[in-house]
Amino acid sequence: MSNFAQQQAPHRRSAVTLAWRQYRLERKLFWRNPSAAFFNLMLPLLLLLLFGAVFAGNKKYVDVIVPGIAGMGVMASTFSALAFNLTFLREQGVLKRVRGTPMPPASYLSGLLANAVTNAVIQITVVILVARFGFGVGWPKNWIELGIFLAVGVATFGALGVAFSHAIPNFDAAPAYVNAIFLPVIFISGVFYDTQTAPAFLKEIAQILPLTHLIDGLSAAMVSGKAISTQLGSLAVLLAWGAVGGVLAVRGFSWDERGN
Amino acid sequence: MPTVSSSDTAIEVIDLHKSYGETEAVAGLSFEVRRGEVFGLLGPNGAGKTTTVEILEGYRARTSGTVTVLGLDPQGRPRDLRERVGIVLQNSALYANLTVHEALSHFASLYPAPRNVDETIALVGLQGKEDGRSRTLSGGQRRRLDLALALIGDPDLVFLDEPTTGFDPQARRAAWETIRSLRSLGTTIVLTTHYLDEAQELADRVAIIKDGRVVAEGTPQDIGGATAHQARVSWTDEYGAKQEIETDMPTKLLHEITGTALAAGRELTGLKVSRPSLEDIYLDLTMEEPGDE
Repeated sequence: MSNFAQQQAPHRRSAVTLAWRQYRLERKLFWRNPSAAFFNLMLPLLLLLLFGAVFAGNKKYVDVIVPGIAGMGVMASTFSALAFNLTFLREQGVLKRVRGTPMPPASYLSGLLANAVTNAVIQITVVILVARFGFGVGWPKNWIELGIFLAVGVATFGALGVAFSHAIPNFDAAPAYVNAIFLPVIFISGVFYDTQTAPAFLKEIAQILPLTHLIDGLSAAMVSGKAISTQLGSLAVLLAWGAVGGVLAVRGFSWDERGN
Repeated sequence: MPTVSSSDTAIEVIDLHKSYGETEAVAGLSFEVRRGEVFGLLGPNGAGKTTTVEILEGYRARTSGTVTVLGLDPQGRPRDLRERVGIVLQNSALYANLTVHEALSHFASLYPAPRNVDETIALVGLQGKEDGRSRTLSGGQRRRLDLALALIGDPDLVFLDEPTTGFDPQARRAAWETIRSLRSLGTTIVLTTHYLDEAQELADRVAIIKDGRVVAEGTPQDIGGATAHQARVSWTDEYGAKQEIETDMPTKLLHEITGTALAAGRELTGLKVSRPSLEDIYLDLTMEEPGDE
């Protein structure tokens, strides 16, 4: 049995092409799982509509909730989604299968990360549009600043998500593990209220958490228009978390099920 | 063992060791797989089969020893090697929401000279299921897609880990046919299996592993040495007791037994001459003596 493909000169695709192909596959799979897609995209939207409707007319509050929900969306679509998906892919043996093919690991993981980043961008876009047309919030004041915080945010929470997946023992435990981090963090970090109004001890914890600083940055870019030079502290905290997450993500990475 | 030139050798393992802490899972294992043959790796659970195969596949690092797969060292997983090796893992990890055709097309794009997608679907017998999503496939069909994914890169060497576990008899026969047609295409196949009849049916040569070492290697017909293959003559005597004698000369023995019985006017119920199956030899070689721990 012979075929045409065999007779052609061997053609090895570049790492970038393979990352792109993996990204396209992940997008296809994302849309083919409608409940996950719905949850991923609609949850921030629903929360925004809900809180926005309750506090409509309270411009001060709407100005807090818009960057808050945007920050939550970044964390949900990168940190939570990656920790969740990697646990699933590892337990199912998909990672092991991929590792047995010529796919370069960096291409594969880039495809996965780019998929998460795309979801984060979609969420931010939805939040901006709903804020603009639903609640009369203006367009973001500083697009470049928004782009920078978005980029640093997805990198940081992406790295932390990959790192956190190493701590999750199995897929059944994944929702509990992810939510045990996600829920307290979104509350303490001021997704739903201004951290300045919180009790002192919560304020102090909030100052350590990366989401607080992402929301501060997004707030500056989207609402207050404060220059990025005033947000360097937040940027530094985010980058520090990202660096720790990156090291842990790479060092602890396992392609195989735990215990093997 | 005849010496063969390296171009005839697909896999060479010399004095392989693998330790996990204090435990030595593989303890000085050596064997060779020739190009184009089906090589069966047999052994009880915990004998070191999976560890050995995963070292050959590049999933695990060895503690010591020499391992060559298609002329390359699998440790470090060189891309040159991954492009020429297909792996069927024990659990079938598939993208549930991709169709058979989509999954194969995606994986084909990872290889420099892949097999034709439709041809591969036909090879594993999944015609008519091209547009079915993986989640809609039956267990046997999923295993076939698994096999197809391992073959899509047109590998020179395929690792099959328990390929027919959980199959019904028809599905097993069909899988065996696929493996035979692969062999006839010149693919080297390393088969790990619990089913001794499967190894007897498919393998050109087998190695039996126990406690991290090869305890026997050879064709299914003469593995274990000549004495292991002695004929067994068995019958039920006049008291209803089952008798069995092992012999090198079954003709002579049979003549004596039947002569005696004829002279006494007795019928030998259940008279049978048999050769030990691979399974009998395997059990002999791997059986733990009680209190042997």
